[in-house]
Amino acid sequence: MSDHDDDHHHPAPLSPVEVRARALEELLKEKGLIQEGFIDAVVSAYENDIGPMNGARVVARAWVDPAYKARLLADGTAAIAELGFGGPEGEHLVVVEDTPTVHNVVVCTLCSCYPWPVLGLPPNWYKSPPYRARMVREPRTLLREMGLDLPESVEIRVWDSSAEVRYMVLPARPAGTEGKSEAELAALVTRDAMIGTARL
Amino acid sequence: MNGVHDLGGMDGFGSVEVEANEPVVHDASERIVFGLVSALSGQRVTNVHAFRHAIERMDPAHYLRSPYYEHWLTALATLLVEKGLVTPAEIEARAGGGVPLSQPVRTDTVVLSASSAAEPRFAVGSAVVVRNLHPLGHTRCPRYVRGKRGVVTRADGQFRLPDVAAHADERCKQHAYNVRFAARELWGDAADGAAAVYVDLWESYLEAP
Repeated sequence: MSDHDDDHHHPAPLSPVEVRARALEELLKEKGLIQEGFIDAVVSAYENDIGPMNGARVVARAWVDPAYKARLLADGTAAIAELGFGGPEGEHLVVVEDTPTVHNVVVCTLCSCYPWPVLGLPPNWYKSPPYRARMVREPRTLLREMGLDLPESVEIRVWDSSAEVRYMVLPARPAGTEGKSEAELAALVTRDAMIGTARL
Repeated sequence: MNGVHDLGGMDGFGSVEVEANEPVVHDASERIVFGLVSALSGQRVTNVHAFRHAIERMDPAHYLRSPYYEHWLTALATLLVEKGLVTPAEIEARAGGGVPLSQPVRTDTVVLSASSAAEPRFAVGSAVVVRNLHPLGHTRCPRYVRGKRGVVTRADGQFRLPDVAAHADERCKQHAYNVRFAARELWGDAADGAAAVYVDLWESYLEAP
């Protein structure tokens, strides 16, 4: 930030991290370790095609098709592949089901493991120390702070994705949605409900 | 290693800050770092285990004060230097200053090196206790479950053991399991009631009680 009016035509200085990132990018291009256009292609896939709208389609299908739901809970990877979703961080997917008496929530205490093909890239809060530190130790308190106040009678199951499995929560279908189409149902499903920090 | 990354159960971090309408990437540096890591993890520069360990080896204070993609950037620069693909001087010349790198690997010996037998040692419903291991290298056994008793809920098949894969090319595969721990077993009387934590653990992290 500058106080000087005569500076305002200059571009803002790059942050130290951006300077380092650009330095590494240039070097790797020079050395032929990265192809022109690769970065934009991979990032735009996650900006446009790979995100929670995919998981929402899986959830909506499970709500309307009991046989699909049974396959999804038995073998998440295979059932999710039926809808065309798979890829990095989705090689071994397990879907855990919410019920009136059980609430599931997903965390990665050691890093940031997350089911990319169905939820996209994780939000910053999921990767942050407070979430990772607290969700395994005081889930009820932390969920309440994040806006989800569960009755004491609801059992909370916290899934720490510490190995190769990536987890997605199958939220309960909201009451009063009986007449809705699969596409309308998918529009009701939120990312946070599939992580487990919200219910629908 | 018992690093700062192993956050489960720690106190003092405050509330979770949620950014409304968060974009997939926030700025050019996040785009570049995500793209570079995606490009290079498909090549021979690193594997996911060595990459995670390079993040874990960051200076703890730097780890805690830096945003997520700075962890990736630091790990990537560290691995490129350690593999001899770039020199610190080359990066610094272009960055116009010092570039922080992670601390060196402290061990080239891995504690757990045996592939497991074809048949899983534990079955769904088996009672297990997590071994009290503290390797100096990479591990995916979180501290908060070590020494704790749980019950196997799934046997997931065999996967490369991260403790080996982060440090060596040898193919060491072991069965991995999902283990349920009662909250009270982990946190004693301070536990939130009616809760359990499910953790995925490789076979050699576990033993029969």
